[in-house]
Amino acid sequence: MSLLTLRRNFFNVHVITTTKIYRENCLRWYIGDLASYDFIPKKYRHLSATNKFTMFCEKAVELIRELHRMGDGQLPAFNEDGIRQVLEEMKALYEQNQTDVNEAKTEGKSELIPSIKFRHSCLLRNQRCIAAYLYDRLLRIRALRWEYGSVLPTTIRFHMCAEEMEWFNQYKKSLATYMRSIGGEEGLDITQDMKPPKSLYIEVRCLKDHGEFEIDDGTVILLKKNSQHFLPRWKCEQLIRQGVLEHVIS
Amino acid sequence: MDLQSYMPVPPGIRMEENFFSLDDILLSHERLPCRTESAFPRLGFLEKSSETRDIPEGTKMEMPLWLAKGLYERKRQVLSVELPKVYREEWRTVFGADPIVVDLHKMGPYYYGLGSQMLHFDSPENPEIANTILQTFIGRFRRTMDSSQNAYNEDTSALVERLDCLERSLKWVTCMYVCVIERLV
Repeated sequence: MSLLTLRRNFFNVHVITTTKIYRENCLRWYIGDLASYDFIPKKYRHLSATNKFTMFCEKAVELIRELHRMGDGQLPAFNEDGIRQVLEEMKALYEQNQTDVNEAKTEGKSELIPSIKFRHSCLLRNQRCIAAYLYDRLLRIRALRWEYGSVLPTTIRFHMCAEEMEWFNQYKKSLATYMRSIGGEEGLDITQDMKPPKSLYIEVRCLKDHGEFEIDDGTVILLKKNSQHFLPRWKCEQLIRQGVLEHVIS
Repeated sequence: MDLQSYMPVPPGIRMEENFFSLDDILLSHERLPCRTESAFPRLGFLEKSSETRDIPEGTKMEMPLWLAKGLYERKRQVLSVELPKVYREEWRTVFGADPIVVDLHKMGPYYYGLGSQMLHFDSPENPEIANTILQTFIGRFRRTMDSSQNAYNEDTSALVERLDCLERSLKWVTCMYVCVIERLV
């Protein structure tokens, strides 16, 4: 005679069941949920619906997770080791598939086809992960140009591989060509003033002797080395770019 | 780092995945319970406890979504995919009753994304699954947006823990814009 017990069901309602069924249900829930549970006692093994399977393409997804962790756009170091391992795995899969395909064609073993499809899916997955990894890094490097300007800090430069550096230089050149082509004769620097400026006038310090400088209302200012002035922003921008004036942020 | 300069590839809409999207790659890494309908010769080494050379027919295993999508065929020659627990009848009634209470992060952090991808597998329950996902989102949407508007003034981390990834990114975007507006005002 099995003992009766009171338990709560899925909807948190009390129901009466036998102890044996209650115990088996608990284990069923427990084992079913923990797919990574290593040791299942023999008498309960029939309750586990799934076996423990390893899979290909784990290293590739690790690369993606590395990038996904840095959601704010920082560039981590280039994981050359990781990429090399993924490429090696792809090579091994491809070679196994080649032999299987030849065997299937010559000896007509069509039962090998599911395995061939399996490996092919793994190859496509690895390819996707690597492509997405490289592409996302390029998006981050592109953002660096807008954030830091033409010259990157050395710490960031060490995180880029040679090809990425090359890409960055090409991107800088394209951007510069574009900026020269708009806004009239001198071009327009669109990487300045990314946020609307707070004030119309800014405090500037003169870095070298520039002589006389006329502003819109007719006043003439003498720009002597180390003199400080309070001038309209749009007039100063070009001189700041040339290095004659320096914006003083107090 | 100025968040506006870095624009990652967003996840796909509906049943599509974006090839380069990091979110979609992590989403398709989730495992689904499957049953093989044909044997896979020479792949036995993948199963840790077995000594056979092949994966026999009728094995129950958990396959990642990308593999299940790659191997699945309409005629079911190779694979049959079972629905994960969250999309089955019992849980559908729970979501129908009250979607706000459920801890979606614990139920698999990609509830909406994985649900949309499950529709690829031609289950007879597809219309119900699609409807449930939609109704769940509608039910929870208001609470999510409400909390993100108030996140500036109070700590909403307890609520954020129960959101799935789609809702979290939605909340994050809203919070960012609320901050921008607060700064201007």
